[in-house]
Amino acid sequence: MKEFFKKLELPFHVVKRSTIPTWKAMLIRVIAVLAALLLCSVLSIFMINANPIKFLTTMLDGVFGSSRRIWKFAKDLSILLCIALAITPAFKMRFWNIGAEGQTLIGALAAVAVIVYLGDSLPEGVLLLLMLVAAVLIGAIWGGLPAVFKAIWGTNETLFTLMMNYVATGLVSYFLLLWTPSGSSVLGRLDKGHLPIIGHEYLLLIILVLALTALVFVYQKYTKQGYEISVVGESENTAKYIGINVRKVIIRTMLISGAICGFAGFLIVGALDHSVAVTSVGGMGFTAIMVSWLAKFNPLIMIGTSAFITFLDQGAAQITTTFNTDSSFPDMVVGIVLFFIIGCEFFIGYQLKLKSREEKSAAAATAEAAESKGGNE
Amino acid sequence: MMFLDYILTSVALGMTFLLGCTGEILTEKAGHLNLGIPGIMCIGGASGCLALKYCYGMPGFFVVTLAIIASILGGALMGAIYSFLTVTLKANQNVTGLAMTTFGVGVTKYIMSGMAIDATKNYLYALEYFRAPFAKSTTGLNSWGVMMYLAIAIALASAYVLSRTRVGLHLRAVGENPATADAVGINVTAYKYGATCIGSAVAALGGLYYIMDFMGSVEAYKTIEALGWLSVALVIFTLWKPLVSIVGSILFGMLYLASSIIPSLGINLGMSATPLLQMLPYVVTIIVLVITSISKKRENQPPASLGIPYFREER
Repeated sequence: MKEFFKKLELPFHVVKRSTIPTWKAMLIRVIAVLAALLLCSVLSIFMINANPIKFLTTMLDGVFGSSRRIWKFAKDLSILLCIALAITPAFKMRFWNIGAEGQTLIGALAAVAVIVYLGDSLPEGVLLLLMLVAAVLIGAIWGGLPAVFKAIWGTNETLFTLMMNYVATGLVSYFLLLWTPSGSSVLGRLDKGHLPIIGHEYLLLIILVLALTALVFVYQKYTKQGYEISVVGESENTAKYIGINVRKVIIRTMLISGAICGFAGFLIVGALDHSVAVTSVGGMGFTAIMVSWLAKFNPLIMIGTSAFITFLDQGAAQITTTFNTDSSFPDMVVGIVLFFIIGCEFFIGYQLKLKSREEKSAAAATAEAAESKGGNE
Repeated sequence: MMFLDYILTSVALGMTFLLGCTGEILTEKAGHLNLGIPGIMCIGGASGCLALKYCYGMPGFFVVTLAIIASILGGALMGAIYSFLTVTLKANQNVTGLAMTTFGVGVTKYIMSGMAIDATKNYLYALEYFRAPFAKSTTGLNSWGVMMYLAIAIALASAYVLSRTRVGLHLRAVGENPATADAVGINVTAYKYGATCIGSAVAALGGLYYIMDFMGSVEAYKTIEALGWLSVALVIFTLWKPLVSIVGSILFGMLYLASSIIPSLGINLGMSATPLLQMLPYVVTIIVLVITSISKKRENQPPASLGIPYFREER
């Protein structure tokens, strides 16, 4: 067996790229996405008896087929983008915040709590403001708590934030039981605390998220705090040497990250659901990580990546209804496409170089030498 | 009697955590944080049940063995995808793991909802084989089936291999410092692939155990994901030690089911307290996480290279 592995010398070796032209990087990604979609459509032939062309046209129809579908696309995109924006500063700092799901959910819960307890006694404007403040504050607390422990004692943030998701879920089910006297745990649509509608039902939401995108972009690129975040992300030691208070940066960034998640929760309640349920965020907190990571933490590119993921989700959902298959098909499509994109990053960061003949013979010689040495022992 | 039943059921549920946790420990010892474990556990359950569909009518021993083999293969395949992406292609482990979970949960839903219509004939017929020898029992004992002992055996074997054998020593070296391990001639890539695939196969058994031994219902596959995350949490709770995880998993089982026993002990908390009690395992994990990070004992820390991809030519 060992002999076999020694003979199995690869004809190329891996070299880290120092730079890559943007067009080349984009080309690699496009090829990966196309390959993934091809695989999905081939799978769909076997699983749901659809031909590959029908597969793609159905997806396109599901997203852009009618104005209602386009609005839904824009709405889903905005919420996903909002959560992705929230986790971006944290991820840029290499703080693995996988608790966006919980931070958003607890924000939504806080907003609903304000409506439930104060909805009847306050005018609509004040109520909305209070909802916003409550959601943002509690979101910041949910994100800030793991950050404090990480900053002071180095507690593993990935698992801490993950666990906080489930604590948030538990609190939501608790309050739902409390608020629904029948014990049904399903809170109906609340008629207070609605964001005003301008033009279209979803227009204000979209504008707010776009404004936030610009804000986060400027914050990361042009402010001192944004610079500090990227230094801490690149190397904590460098940050210490140039006099950045790393602890302060970690806690501050996570407070901001959690606060934006809370804002997303506020939007879900105020502009869309007007209610809260355990599934209000529906896994977007995890999907947002992909969105942010695929965009290399650049808020402007994130508009494109969240559009892409939303397209996949909604398009695959259309396939589900058209071909009458199970509703789990979208998850599979998204999963497969993600594998390809994750994998293709390797070819952007590294390069395969064919070994020249001299290198090959040199490698063989060292292997032989090692072998004879092993034999002498 | 009620209390005894609670303990029996908790131990049985704990085995789901134990399998997931042992699998994740093996993977993490090679320096890979596999957040795909929940998805892999789902796949393990689904592929096992899929095999059962074709085993109808065979003798019980073959039915159980074939399902276990199918589950192992399903898990190992997922592990191979994960290792290819993170070891060979050096992808980010968190992102890859989360994608594995999305994918695994989706595929599982697809397979299991397809089999739900004629579930008894498809896979639930095998319950009595899996739950032997206590299949007829009406207490918590009825899920103390064959896979339970398998789970404990795997945990014991992992503990032995990790701390008492050369292979275990090499594996730990890879997880602590792959460059050093490479320098002394350990095949880092082979160890990372091996540990991840075996770990995933073990975790996959957890999914099969949960569906066929513990729950034995059509709806069972829907709750595996949440349990998978608890298994990942359990790894930290038990400080990367398979032996401790046997006790830890039972404790987690008791915490998870605490909401079912507390009212019968005469403590009346009201109906709305149930969700709060179900939060307990997560809160306890957070507390343990914080305590271990504050105490900073060296033997209680995660493998040093956890989450960092290894590239030989990097200096």
